[in-house]
Amino acid sequence: MSEFEPKIVAFFCNWCTFTAADLAGTSRLSYPPNIKIIRVMCSGMVDPKFVLKAFLNGADGVLVGGCWPGDCHYINGNFKARRRVALLTEILKQYGIDEERFWLRWIAASEGNMLKEVADLMTAKLRELGPSPLQQMGQMVG
Amino acid sequence: MATFAKLSFNKDELNKELSGFFKGILENGAVDAVLAPMAQGKKGVRLSLVTSAANTGAVDPFAPVAAVSGAKIASSLTARPSGRKVAMVLRPCEIRATVELVKLKQVNLDDVLMIGMDCLGRYENTDFTKFQEQGGTSESFLDNAQAGKTATGDFDVAGACKICEFPAADNIDLRLCAIGSGSGAVHIEAVTEKGKAALEKSGVKIGDAPAGRDEAVKKLVAVRTEARDKKFAEFRAETDNFQALGEKLSACINCYNCRVACPVCYCKECVFVTDTFRHTGDQFMMWADKGGLLKMPNDTMFYHLTRITHMSLFCVGCGQCTSACPNDIDLMPLFRTSADKTQAKFSYQAGRSVEEEQPMAGFEADELFEVTGQAK
Repeated sequence: MSEFEPKIVAFFCNWCTFTAADLAGTSRLSYPPNIKIIRVMCSGMVDPKFVLKAFLNGADGVLVGGCWPGDCHYINGNFKARRRVALLTEILKQYGIDEERFWLRWIAASEGNMLKEVADLMTAKLRELGPSPLQQMGQMVG
Repeated sequence: MATFAKLSFNKDELNKELSGFFKGILENGAVDAVLAPMAQGKKGVRLSLVTSAANTGAVDPFAPVAAVSGAKIASSLTARPSGRKVAMVLRPCEIRATVELVKLKQVNLDDVLMIGMDCLGRYENTDFTKFQEQGGTSESFLDNAQAGKTATGDFDVAGACKICEFPAADNIDLRLCAIGSGSGAVHIEAVTEKGKAALEKSGVKIGDAPAGRDEAVKKLVAVRTEARDKKFAEFRAETDNFQALGEKLSACINCYNCRVACPVCYCKECVFVTDTFRHTGDQFMMWADKGGLLKMPNDTMFYHLTRITHMSLFCVGCGQCTSACPNDIDLMPLFRTSADKTQAKFSYQAGRSVEEEQPMAGFEADELFEVTGQAK
């Protein structure tokens, strides 16, 4: 049997992390294809429902990428994202999805190397953790 | 210094004494209206809005039932205010939910004289009917409940009430005290100047504080807190994974009654009834294809988890969710255990103070560094 490949749903801010992913590409840095990127206009627009739905539909991890404090294109969306992530983590970890599967990271547009580093780290961590406990439940969970 | 008035009553005359007080505040112009639990004929007690002093006779504030959370009624009455002064007689949980709704701009307390009653618990709506059929009254309930005897035959007070650590109300002008008042008496305590003025206007005689009250409240809080911690520990042990959570929710039919009944589910229109969730047949087929099957109606757990992210920070533990479930799912511990975690995370307590900012309504630059674990 082949090695377990985690599926990571990544919500990347258009102004920083998404651009960093682009930079990683143009810089010929390769990061794991496990990261499935969804471009959003701000980490602050990542509705907790997006994250819940990702996990309920079998994602092994969710990564939210936003601008460093002080750099938000919309002034403070990233701070709002941080509170929401803290809230949702408290809820999810009661049922076995903890902060090891749900990451928020600040990655600036210039940090293509950090994008690669975070993608590598998260993929390695999830390989170690194995499939999400929700995956075995299939679509019955709804 | 709080001002007290003692209302002594003969057997079966508690509500007569209390109605005298409400009649007084209406007649003497302290308020223009009273919202209080009132007997509906022989059966049932509901919050009713009284504007005529002649109609205060049926008040029954201590009736152990709360068919609809009073916080929702407070919102109906004041979100678009009438400009008339209204005294509201609510339970502690209803008042705490009201405090949250004030912050959400869904309640306006400008013209409200808030009267909080001591709460020893409520029966479920249908159980209260049985309670009345068996001859139970507010008086008998107060006496029995203070002796720890709330169970009557095949029913007891709601599970939420057994683990509620807020039997006495706060954020109020006046308090209807029953705990520690002794049999045959209740006290009315003026907590604010506004409350004191109303109490004086009502014409009831100002007297001494109930001697045993503080001690009795403390004891009750201790009992309830212990029961709460036990219930939390049990629920968490049973429900520490999604499989177990799914089993807890297995009877759910996506009727969304729990969020209709929830006083702090604040959205005007729930996203789960909008077009966002009106999927096409194709979409359902695609989801079914993915795992070979799809439980219908779908999104059951998604709905409950979304509700937790929305309202757990404001959850006051009133238990209306459990009461509203047509399939007897005990939802209260689900929301309360989550609320316990999320409110602790933000050092927040639902219903504690109107001044306390709701956690998702703000942010700080220097906080929660552990979320990203990154330092600049």
